[in-house]
Amino acid sequence: MRESLGCGHVLGHDAQPEGDAWMQTDQPIIRIRNLDKYYDAFQALKNINLDVHQGERIVICGPSGSGKSTLIRCINRLEEHSAGQVFVDGVELSDETRDIRAVRQEVGMVFQQFNLFPHLTVLENLTIGPIRVRKMSRPDAEAKARLYLDRVHIPEQADKYPAQLSGGQQQRVAIARSLCMEPRVMLFDEPTSALDPEMINEVLDVMVELAESGMTMICVTHEMGFARKVADRMVFMEKGEIIEVAPPAQFFTNPASARCRMFLDQILEH
Amino acid sequence: MLKKLRWPDYLILMVLLAAAVVIWVRVEGVLVYEWRWHIIPNYLLRYDEEAGRWVTNLLTQGLISTIRISLMSGFLALILGTVLGVARCMQNLTIRMLARTYLEVLRNVPPVVVIFIFYFFLSEQLIAAFLIEDWSRTIARSDQGWIWALVFGDMRLFPSLISGVLVLALFESAFVGEIVRAGIQSVDRGQREAARSIGLSRLDELRFIVLPQALRKVVPPLANQFITLVKDSSIISLISVQELTYKTAAVVSSTRAIFEAWITAAVLYGLLCFGLSLVFRRLEGQASRHG
Ligand SMILES: Nc1ncnc2c1ncn2[C@@H]1O[C@H](COP(=O)(O)OP(=O)(O)O)[C@@H](O)[C@H]1O
Ligand SMILES: [Mg+2]
Repeated sequence: MRESLGCGHVLGHDAQPEGDAWMQTDQPIIRIRNLDKYYDAFQALKNINLDVHQGERIVICGPSGSGKSTLIRCINRLEEHSAGQVFVDGVELSDETRDIRAVRQEVGMVFQQFNLFPHLTVLENLTIGPIRVRKMSRPDAEAKARLYLDRVHIPEQADKYPAQLSGGQQQRVAIARSLCMEPRVMLFDEPTSALDPEMINEVLDVMVELAESGMTMICVTHEMGFARKVADRMVFMEKGEIIEVAPPAQFFTNPASARCRMFLDQILEH
Repeated sequence: MLKKLRWPDYLILMVLLAAAVVIWVRVEGVLVYEWRWHIIPNYLLRYDEEAGRWVTNLLTQGLISTIRISLMSGFLALILGTVLGVARCMQNLTIRMLARTYLEVLRNVPPVVVIFIFYFFLSEQLIAAFLIEDWSRTIARSDQGWIWALVFGDMRLFPSLISGVLVLALFESAFVGEIVRAGIQSVDRGQREAARSIGLSRLDELRFIVLPQALRKVVPPLANQFITLVKDSSIISLISVQELTYKTAAVVSSTRAIFEAWITAAVLYGLLCFGLSLVFRRLEGQASRHG
């Protein structure tokens, strides 16, 4: 577990893989190597290593303040890491990364607070990315937007403003907005934490469907039912460190670390 | 809110009334001021014998000029101020510092001094450099002169009008910039993050996500600032722009009707600004009702 958290890939101790053969066969879509993140003197992430392959579903959990958000925000560079490396589809993220925007197009993100654009209609929320970034024509973008609104089960809300929707509907719009960019990876940062309990399932259902469609997903969530259903691997974090990585079957029944077991006991109590 | 007058209210009103009486007595008794209100209407509108119709006279001309200058410099200040406000929020330190310096200078130097500096160092030079004097004289004489006059008033006064508009806009833009900056910073951080996470460029993020929300929030303070601008515009009479204050001074020097002329000017400014605030309040009420 120390060196390589990837599935079936032992990379050895080299930070960077060598040889083109490896690159071509099965390059992880996300590679995180020895990642540190400091906020001033406070270290929010400590030597994080994680590989995520195309089609994998990762669920990250851990107590509040353990660095889960910081970690996934480093993947689309909403946060800049302090040391180590992050690769998205082989491109290293750094100050010099020419087109961080190209990377962001490949990485969708869903926020806890939805962050829909309140001054735009649902349809405009969905089309602004394709039109401005992908340079798609408006009719094409709208067709795509309607397709994804259909996928998240709210085709009839296209012309409303976000404030007119329920929380669950807003979060589904936010998911559709990300999907409209046709990303290769989706990041979710506690997508159901801000929702009333009766709306959580409608969002989780959409996420399960997305997982079933083969989307690569990294989800920070405490919804363990969802995790059991879709996760390929569970990641447990505490105090800025990855403590444990395991398939759900093992993670939930027999976690290796005592701290992880305590955490699970706490949240599964309810 | 209490709607009934109680004894403290009566006390306050009595004191005010007493003060008014004292002033009145002084003006009437000590100054022996001879009121000549009847000459004022003539300076608003006068009957032109030759043309055989009513035409605007000095005070009304000044009022129109004040409105014209306020609208133009308000528009210009909005653009400049938005640029300044955006500059204040940029990552680039140099740009941020420059915008900050501009604001601090304007905030800490008296307006009159600023106006003179802008006038002599900037707008005079610009007007000379672009040969605006010659150009406007040509326009004034040409056939299409009246179209230009519709927008800019007397074209022979165009250079002075432009100076006034420029100077006032530069002056007000600093304050508009502060308002816009506050608006930009009040937009939730999540909005920028969401914009960035779908790959929008910094410019698109600003243009489609941040500014529309920021400007919507700052409409009420901007409306207030516009009213301030109308009042501030009286300063540019010092650089001989022929607006209401300048024209009032002209009326005073030719008629000696000091109180009458200045009170009339005060009423005109007051009506204009109060009218504006009523309009803005109504628009705001409508906007909030429509969500
Ligand atoms: N912008 C920031 N500035 C300073 N400290 C921060 C900032 N963001 C997060 N932190 C700190 O980093 C730690 C990890 O935060 P976060 O990644 O949000 O945790 P989680 O998502 O697991 O609750 C917390 O202790 C938090 O206080
Ligand atoms: Mg978090």
